[in-house]
Amino acid sequence: MAIKIDPNCYYTKSHEWVRVEGDEAWAGLTDYAQDLLSDIVYVELPGEGDSFKQGEVFATVESVKAASDIYMPLSGEVLEVNEQLANAPELINKDPYGEGWLIKFTPSDLSELGNLMGPDAYEKFIKEEEEKGGH
Amino acid sequence: MVYVPNTDKDRAKMLAVIGVESVDDLFYDVPKELRYPQIELPEPVSEMEVLRELQEMSEANVDLLHTPSFLGAGAYYHFIPSVVDTIISRSEFYTAYTPYQPEVSQGTLQAIFEYQTMICMLTGMDVANASHYDGGTATAEAVIMAVAAGKGKRRRIVVSPRLHPEYIQVARTYVQGMDIQVVGDENPHAALENIAGLIDSNTAGVIVQVPDFFGTIEDYGSLQALADKAHQAGALFIVAVYPISLGLLKPPAEYGADIVLGEGQPLGNPLSFGGPYLGFFACKEEYVRRMAGRLVGQTVDTQGRRGFVLTLSTREQHIRREKATSNICTNQGLNALAAAVYMSALGKQGLRKVAELCYHKAHYAASKIAEIPGYRLLSDKPFFNEFVVRCPKPAEDINRYLFEEWGIIGGFEVAKVCPGLEDSLMFAVTEMNTRDEIDALVEALREAASHD
Amino acid sequence: MTKIVEPLIFELSSPGRVGAVLPELDVPPADIPAELCRADLPLPEVSEVDVVRHFVRLSRMNYGVDLGMYPLGSCTMKYNPKVNEVAARLPGFVYTHPYQPEDQVQGNLQLMWELQEMLKAISGFAGVSLQPAAGAHGELTGILIMRAYLCDQGETQRDTILIPDSAHGTNPASTSMAGFKVVEIKSDERGNVDLEHLKANLNDRVVGLMLTNPNTLGLFDEHVCEVSRLVHEAGGLMYGDGANMNAMLGIVKPADLGIDVMHFNLHKTFSTPHGGGGPGSGPVGVVEKLVPYLPGPIVDIQVVGEEEHAGHAHEGEEEMVEVFFRLVMPAKSIGRVKTFYGHFGVMIRAYTYIRMLGAEGMRRVAEDAVINANYLMAKIKKVYPLPYDRLCKHEFVVEGKLKDAPNVRALDISKRLIDYGVHPPTNYFPLIVPEALMIEPTETESLESLDHFADAMLRIAEEAKTNPELLHEAPHNTPVSRLDEVGAARNPILRWKPAE
Repeated sequence: MAIKIDPNCYYTKSHEWVRVEGDEAWAGLTDYAQDLLSDIVYVELPGEGDSFKQGEVFATVESVKAASDIYMPLSGEVLEVNEQLANAPELINKDPYGEGWLIKFTPSDLSELGNLMGPDAYEKFIKEEEEKGGH
Repeated sequence: MVYVPNTDKDRAKMLAVIGVESVDDLFYDVPKELRYPQIELPEPVSEMEVLRELQEMSEANVDLLHTPSFLGAGAYYHFIPSVVDTIISRSEFYTAYTPYQPEVSQGTLQAIFEYQTMICMLTGMDVANASHYDGGTATAEAVIMAVAAGKGKRRRIVVSPRLHPEYIQVARTYVQGMDIQVVGDENPHAALENIAGLIDSNTAGVIVQVPDFFGTIEDYGSLQALADKAHQAGALFIVAVYPISLGLLKPPAEYGADIVLGEGQPLGNPLSFGGPYLGFFACKEEYVRRMAGRLVGQTVDTQGRRGFVLTLSTREQHIRREKATSNICTNQGLNALAAAVYMSALGKQGLRKVAELCYHKAHYAASKIAEIPGYRLLSDKPFFNEFVVRCPKPAEDINRYLFEEWGIIGGFEVAKVCPGLEDSLMFAVTEMNTRDEIDALVEALREAASHD
Repeated sequence: MTKIVEPLIFELSSPGRVGAVLPELDVPPADIPAELCRADLPLPEVSEVDVVRHFVRLSRMNYGVDLGMYPLGSCTMKYNPKVNEVAARLPGFVYTHPYQPEDQVQGNLQLMWELQEMLKAISGFAGVSLQPAAGAHGELTGILIMRAYLCDQGETQRDTILIPDSAHGTNPASTSMAGFKVVEIKSDERGNVDLEHLKANLNDRVVGLMLTNPNTLGLFDEHVCEVSRLVHEAGGLMYGDGANMNAMLGIVKPADLGIDVMHFNLHKTFSTPHGGGGPGSGPVGVVEKLVPYLPGPIVDIQVVGEEEHAGHAHEGEEEMVEVFFRLVMPAKSIGRVKTFYGHFGVMIRAYTYIRMLGAEGMRRVAEDAVINANYLMAKIKKVYPLPYDRLCKHEFVVEGKLKDAPNVRALDISKRLIDYGVHPPTNYFPLIVPEALMIEPTETESLESLDHFADAMLRIAEEAKTNPELLHEAPHNTPVSRLDEVGAARNPILRWKPAE
C-alpha cells in the first residue's frame, strides 16, 4: 500500500507533519509513521497553553509493541488538543492527516519551516529510509 | 550426571553434527589463559545427603512452629490454609515463565487477573498491578510514580515518620540518583498535623501507613484532612496498609487515597525469614498508565472467547527501555497466586474473621499487659493487632528473659528503629497466638519485671 | 493442555460459602468501634472444593518446564529440581521471622553466608549481597554501587552509561532509574562490541559499560578483555549482566574478564523456578574496591572464642572454636534495596543446587548448555537465516523469515510450535535482528528432546510454504486462540466487576 503524503504539509525527519493556516497550525503523525507503529492504542497529549520549542517532545503515542515520543515540528503554544483521540486513538491509523491530528497551536517563528522538508523532499526521505532497510 | 541427561555418547554425536572435535573447541573465544579456572566449592553430595545437611541447618534455628512469638513489625505469622500450598505446588504454575505467550499461559493470567480484582476489592481502589517485590519496593515505586504524575516537576515526597522505616530506606536508596527528596521522618514522634505542614507546591506525594508502623490507627477524619491537603497542593496521597487489617477496617479509598500499597506476605505467604513476599499496589484509574509493573487485562480471542493477556506493556522496560516507568521485570507471580488462593479460600467471611481474631486477641493481650505494674501502653489511640509497651527494664533484657526462661519470642525492640525508646517493645498478636500463649506472655512479663 | 472454559472465581461465588474454617475466639471480645469498620468486604464466597478445582483447572491451562521444552532465549528455563522445593519447605526455615535475634537464626544466616561464598567462588568476586529480588533489581543495585563509588572518588561529572545495542531492555531502564544517560554502542559484524565505536564514546563522563557476555545473540565477545581495559583506562567501571551466566559456569570467572560488578539470576542459572513470573533473586557480586558499597545487610562470619583460645590451645581442642553469623551493613553501603534480607526461600533452592553439583557439575552444566545450543543451531540454520554465523554459547538467534513464505512472521512460527507441544522461543528480541527468534535449550534437554524441537522447526518451515494458513491460525489446540491485544490495550479491563 502506498504511503500517503499531504501536499499541504511540511515534515520532520521524525515523521511529524505540520500544516500552517494563517496564524494557526496543526500537527500530527505521518502516514508512514502510523504504518510503522501499527495499531495505536493510546495517546498522551499536552495541556492547552503548554509551550514547546521546535524538536521538543510534546506527546507520546503507544502501540501494543512500542511507545514513541512525538516532537514539536515548530515552536509554539498549544491552543487545542484532539480530544477524540482519548477514546479513539485508531483515528491516527485511519486518517493521519485529517481526523487523527494531534494538536492545534500558534507557531511562534515561521522561519523554522526552513528546518523542515516539503512534501517532495519527505517522499524522497522515506524512500531512502525504506531502502536502508529494516522495515 | 544429575539434571544433565546427555551421555558421553550423546555428546560425541552432537559434536559431530556441530562439526567440532571437542567440547573445548566451543569455547575458542574465551581467553585461553582464563579458561577453566579452579573453583573452590565443597565436594558435591547426593540428594539424600544435601537434605540431611539442610535439615540440620534448619534445625539450628528457633522456629515459630515450636516457639510462641509476638514479633510483627511488617511480617506476620498467620495461618495458611492447606489449599494454598497445594495450588502453588502445581508445577504447571511454578515452572512456568512470565506469561508472554498467552495461549499457553491462561492459568497464570486468569489467576493474576483474579488477584488484581481481589486487591481492588480489599483496598477499594480501581486498578491493581500484578505485584512488586515487597512492601518496601512497592513504596519506592509509588514515590517514582508520584513524581511522574507531577510530570517530573515536583521533586519532594513527604513521608510519615510512622511509615515502616525499611520502606523509607528502600525508597531513599531507589531515588538516590533521581534528584528526589524524601522528607518527614526526622522526628519519629511527629503528629499527622506536622506532616501536613511539610506539604508544599514542590510535593509530588504524601505517604502514610495505616495502621502505622507502631500499630496505631489514626482517625479517618484526620487522614482525609491530610489527603485533602495533599490534593490541594497537587500531590498524590499514598497509603501503605496491612492487608489483613482490611478485613475489618475501612479501605483507604474511603479516606482519599490515590495509591494503596503494602506488604502482601500476610495473605497466604509464609514468613520464610523475610522473603520471597509480594508488594501489592493499587491506584485510581486515572493513574494506570503511570503505574509500573505487570498488568493483566481481559480480552477476546479470534473466536470471541474470553481470555487474558499482559497489557499496557508499553509502560514496561523491554519496550520503552530508558523511558520505562520502572525497570521492574519479574513480578512475584507465585506469591501473588498464593495471595489469590488465600483470599479465595477465606473469602468474605473468613478474612473478616481473621481480622477480628487478631483484633480481639491483641486487645486482650494489651489490656492484660497494661495491668502489670511497671508496664504501660505507649499510646491510647485505637490499634489493630500491634501495640507498643513501655517496660520497666530495657526491652532487650525483657526479651532475653522471655526467651530464656519462658521460651517465648517477645516483641520487636522499638529502639532498633527509634532511638530513645530503649524500654519499649512492640507486640503483634495474630490468630496464631492462643489464649494460653498470651497468658504465658503476661506472666513472663510480670516475672521479668521483678527478676534481677 | 486441556481446552476448558473456567469461570472467574467471582462467578463461582455463592453467599454463605467458606473455604477455610478458623478457630473460635478464646479470649473475651473487645469493643470494636463501628466507625473503624468497613461496610462490606466484597471477596468471593466459595467452598474449599471450589477453590481447589478452580485453581487446578487453571493450572491445566498453563505450560511449564515440567511439561516439556521451554527454549525461551535469555530466560534459561532449565529443569527445576524437586529437591529444591522440599528443601525450601523445611519447617525450620519456613517458620522463622526476619526480626528474630541473630542467635535464633544461625541456620538461616549460615546458609546465606555459604551461598555468598559459593557465588564468590564461581564468579571470582570479592563480595556478594543477596538482597536484590531479581535481575533488573540487581542491575539497579549494581549501577547505584558504581555511582556511589565514583561519587566517593570525586568523579561526580560522570553521568553516562554505555550499553551495547544487543543489551536486555532492563539495562537502559535501570540506568535511567539511577539518573544516568544512555549511549548505545554498536555491534560489529561478528556481533561483538564495536571497538572503534566504543573508543569514540569513552571519555571522563562515562560511568561504565554494561556488558552482557555472552550477549543476547548468544555470542561470547571475542575481545572482552580489551573492552574492559579500554573502559577502565577511561576511568569507568564494567557492569556484567549475569543473565547469561549459564554458559560461563566453570568456564571463566567474570571477575577475571575485568567485570567489576555483576548480578546473578538465581532463577536462571541456579535452577530456582520462575513461578509464572517470579519470585526470582538477583544477588550482586563486586570486586574488592566496591565491597564497602554493597547493599545490606549482608552476612558476615565471626569466629567466637578464637582470642581466648589462641596461644594456649591444647590438643584436641579445635572444637572450642565456634563461628557466629551476623547481619552487617557494609561501611559505605548504598542502603537497603529491599525490605529484610532478600528472597531467602529462593536462596535455599540455589544453595541446594550448587551443593549437589559442585565445581565439576557447574562446568558440566555450562558445557552441555553450549553443546545443546550449537547442536540445535547446526540443525536448523540451513532453513532459518542466521545473522551471525559463528559458534554460539548457550543460546542463538535466527531470523523467523523464510524463503518462499513472505507472509509468515516469527510470531506465526512461534505459535505453530505450540501445536507441536513446545513452548515458543523468545520473539522479536534482540531488537537488532529482524523477526528474531532467540533459542536457549538449556543443558537439561536430552538429545531426543532437541531433535523433536529441530524437527518441528523444519516441518513448520515446510508448512509455511505449502499451507501458511496453518501458521497464521496457530495455535490450534489451546484453551484460547490468538487474543486481541490491541483491544485489550485500547479499552483496558483490568479487573472483574459485578454486573450492575
